[in-house]
Amino acid sequence: MENDIISPENLVYQKPTLMNDVPMHYCPGCSHGVVHKLVAEVIEEMGMEDKTVGVCPVGCAVFAYRYLDIDWQEAAHGRAPAVATGIKRLWPDRLVFTYQGDGDLACIGACETIHALNRGENIVIIFINNAIYGMTGGQMAPTTLMGQKTSTCPYGRVPELHGYPLKMTEIAATLEGTCYVTRQSVETVAAIRGAKKAIRKAFEASMEGKGSSLVEIVSTCNSGWKMSPKKANDWMQENMFKFYPKGDLKDTIK
Amino acid sequence: MAKTEVTLMKGNDAIANAAIRCGVDGFFGYPITPQSEIIETLSLLKPWETSGMVVVQAESEVASINMVYGAAGAGKRAFTSSSSPGVALMQEGISYMAGAEIPGVVVNVQRGGPGLGTIQPSQSDYYQATRGGGNGDYNVIVLAPASVQEMADFVDLAFDLAFKYRNPAMILSDGVIGQMMEKVVLPPFKARLTEDEIKSKYPWATFGRTKDREPNIMTSLELKPEVMEERNIKLQKKYQTIKDTEVRYETQKCDDADYVIVSFGSAARISEKAIEMAREAGIKVGLFRPITLWPFPTKQICDIAKGKKGILVVEINAGQMVDDVRLSINGAVPVEYFGRLGGIVPEPDEIVEALKSKLIK
Repeated sequence: MENDIISPENLVYQKPTLMNDVPMHYCPGCSHGVVHKLVAEVIEEMGMEDKTVGVCPVGCAVFAYRYLDIDWQEAAHGRAPAVATGIKRLWPDRLVFTYQGDGDLACIGACETIHALNRGENIVIIFINNAIYGMTGGQMAPTTLMGQKTSTCPYGRVPELHGYPLKMTEIAATLEGTCYVTRQSVETVAAIRGAKKAIRKAFEASMEGKGSSLVEIVSTCNSGWKMSPKKANDWMQENMFKFYPKGDLKDTIK
Repeated sequence: MAKTEVTLMKGNDAIANAAIRCGVDGFFGYPITPQSEIIETLSLLKPWETSGMVVVQAESEVASINMVYGAAGAGKRAFTSSSSPGVALMQEGISYMAGAEIPGVVVNVQRGGPGLGTIQPSQSDYYQATRGGGNGDYNVIVLAPASVQEMADFVDLAFDLAFKYRNPAMILSDGVIGQMMEKVVLPPFKARLTEDEIKSKYPWATFGRTKDREPNIMTSLELKPEVMEERNIKLQKKYQTIKDTEVRYETQKCDDADYVIVSFGSAARISEKAIEMAREAGIKVGLFRPITLWPFPTKQICDIAKGKKGILVVEINAGQMVDDVRLSINGAVPVEYFGRLGGIVPEPDEIVEALKSKLIK
């Protein structure tokens, strides 16, 4: 019988135990689910289930607290790095991270993001950059590419009307308080492995008191971009990676 | 150090010193006149080397209140301080704290407004403080100190009330009380709570999910309106309990009085002198001083007004608390208002004059 192979000794992969058994609200093809899983796996592998506090953003990941079986605080729009600062300063042996989108982090929360990173708070910021406001229905983000169409730049982003896309990760790399700044993605198995390694490295650095880390995940928003998941991945590889090149921008962890 | 040692200090310094003694875990703030002595004194006293209290100068008032949100949501005694324009910026965070039932403390050493206004004292944030101040149906517990001693005493009280009800509490002071020096007896030293104490006293807090419980989540978000209405009804019940239980006030010379001055904070101190002058002139006046501005001493003011010829509400604003006094008394007795604006503090003789012209004729 073919079902004979489904037995504990043949187990090679399973859902992380920290992932709750609830349906996700994310659109099919969205990168959030993969990144949530990676965060859950890393917390589990580090044995930090009982000592982790996550901070949710306002945006598509506003309900991240439903999906990972850890303590969470839901921050006001953009304020997650300040909330994380308050938690980490008073619980220094806890693993404290924020999980934020591009609108939350690079627009309304740019001030909190830059200053938390520059103070060298021992926190990790997971930054999902899909170049659009997903939750509110596809408006222009600070990271929307030139020429990209959204519901608030329906004829394409042009500098005289909309200014330029913001490279927050490049800014973060210039700050004295950061120890590890990297840009990853999760559209292929190799990319997922790389992103997981980066998250693990950042989480460990924060627990070793080495300073702030920013892990950007260049992501798709196939609903907001009005593309199939496959086409969204192709579009991201062709357009996003040119402007947001992958790789480590800063690494002082030795 | 003896508990009864009397020292001379500014109201702002009393807040800072009291916080260290009251087992406060963290302060997060941003400089603004006339309250900068709070963060300056805390920075000078280095409590992180003694009690372990953390002091962080934040990048803004917006960040400060959100740091308090994070720390208090994780079960720690955390507070921030600012003055009027800065407290306006904090309203978002205070509303979120009320919604998520997070027990932090905010000190407002008020200055004149609107806008950037002036750095001189004012009480013009009364509406903002007592009506919630941010979006949504909520209330903040508001304590109004009228002396440097009360600045010191209300720190511990504000934290106790905040944690008792899982609600933000505010010390609504002003530039007079913050800047003036008076003798004060500081509270005795109290240790900060240990990790085990926090876990047992505040099992709702986010200090990391232990295996014996479900995750704790601090959030004000709920998309289902039926559930959100229930949550609001629960909050309103809590506010009613606070109204029934936590009203604080003080009266002076009301028993034989024909007239009563209702006044809070520094205006009440000036009114005390005015009452002395009025009595010397043969006018029998008493003082009713609300200490909690929310919950407001509605019933107590109503009781005190019985048989009186009139009430004069004295406040350093354009007439804000007078609304609450009128709502309390509901037309039973004439209620008039006197105040000065824009950072001008009224003189006692002006108050006596107002009493004569508005009520005695």
